[in-house]
Amino acid sequence: MRQPLLALLAKEPAHGYELKLALEQTFGQAYPSPNIGQIYVTLKRLEQDGLVRSEDVEQTTRPNKRVYELTPAGREALRAWVNEPSDGPRVRDEFFIKLILAPMAGLADRMELMNAQRRHYLGIMRNLTELQADADPADVPARLLIEGAILHLQADLDWLERCQEELV
Amino acid sequence: MRRRRRYPTGGDPPVTPRSGGLTAPPNPPGPGPALIKTSKLVKVYRADGVTVEAVRGVDIELAVGEFVAVMGPSGSGKSTLLHVLGGLEPATSGEIWLRGERVDRLSTAGWAVLRRQHIGFVFQFFNLLSNMTVADNVELPALLAGATPRQARKRREELLAELGIADKAGAAPARLSGGEQQRVALARALANEPSVLLADEPTGNLDSSNTRDVLRLLRRAHAGGQAILMVTHDARVASLADRVINLFDGMVADDAKIVPIPRPMNGVGDVLELRG
Repeated sequence: MRQPLLALLAKEPAHGYELKLALEQTFGQAYPSPNIGQIYVTLKRLEQDGLVRSEDVEQTTRPNKRVYELTPAGREALRAWVNEPSDGPRVRDEFFIKLILAPMAGLADRMELMNAQRRHYLGIMRNLTELQADADPADVPARLLIEGAILHLQADLDWLERCQEELV
Repeated sequence: MRRRRRYPTGGDPPVTPRSGGLTAPPNPPGPGPALIKTSKLVKVYRADGVTVEAVRGVDIELAVGEFVAVMGPSGSGKSTLLHVLGGLEPATSGEIWLRGERVDRLSTAGWAVLRRQHIGFVFQFFNLLSNMTVADNVELPALLAGATPRQARKRREELLAELGIADKAGAAPARLSGGEQQRVALARALANEPSVLLADEPTGNLDSSNTRDVLRLLRRAHAGGQAILMVTHDARVASLADRVINLFDGMVADDAKIVPIPRPMNGVGDVLELRG
């Protein structure tokens, strides 16, 4: 939550609720709808860390609102985040460890483990293809995110097939 | 094998009630009679003293209206199985039953008649007749099955319209994109309202947006009661099936219904965890 808020504040100062709306508008369905409480807590921590500062703006008919803006340190932190490469998706190491160790301990048959895992992946894939069919075509981030999840899952299945070829 | 002519209304009643199009009312598969059933099916290739056991004792069943995907590594015998089930290659031993009749001993000509009436084929590389128009490609199977030109044309117009390629009727297949060619191939395969659609990697040569289109069409055909047996590497396509058979080394390693994972997904945001 920290970096997205910094990135939005780099564009222009804003108060908490505006940030929530901006996140929703930018990512569409692709982003889990942010909790306003979580946004306020994160902003407070960013302020403690010196990455943002805030001031109360008086409103005539409503309570004052607190408007946040990026500090130079915040801009620097944001730049560092943008420029550092992001981690790739992790390999499904838990299943792989099961696959290697469980047969050694006499706990399971490799083919059965792989069959069960494939069924599980295909069940998830069914969910994703249905989600894809229902997705709003105009919601580009959501469509790309589903496609990303599908491609990752396809890679997991391909890898399972490779394990089957080598281990059985 | 009795000759049956199902196109368009003159022959025996179809196995399952449905209208001809992709948009027929839903007719979900039930525990109906087996449409296809194999017993100890074996296919061995012998050439130049080399023997390859491609299919080694496969027992599978496909129910009326059911959609089954066949997956497995390269060389596991998937395509061979499909070709043998469609009579494109003879079985070495074992039995194949289609609609309650044993068909593995049919002659080449007998298989040709059976395919015309009961089996639609879709291949990875479309296999359209390049010297004929799209319309002629789709009308040909109906004409071969004894439909009048008027009937064949009507059916072709319906299918191309449903597949969104009505405007391509007069074009040569080579002028079409891969996705469009595969839709034409699908229309041709469905032209005679086959009892079963056999598909060999139908999206194997398509990009992701064309794959989505073909997926949608297969989903609609299946919802309309079309039985489908499909070989595929593509888990997106396989996930639409009622059941997935995994072949390994020419044998059935797994045969299971697809059960969506009962995890509440409140939206796309729950699919992947965004970092940050």
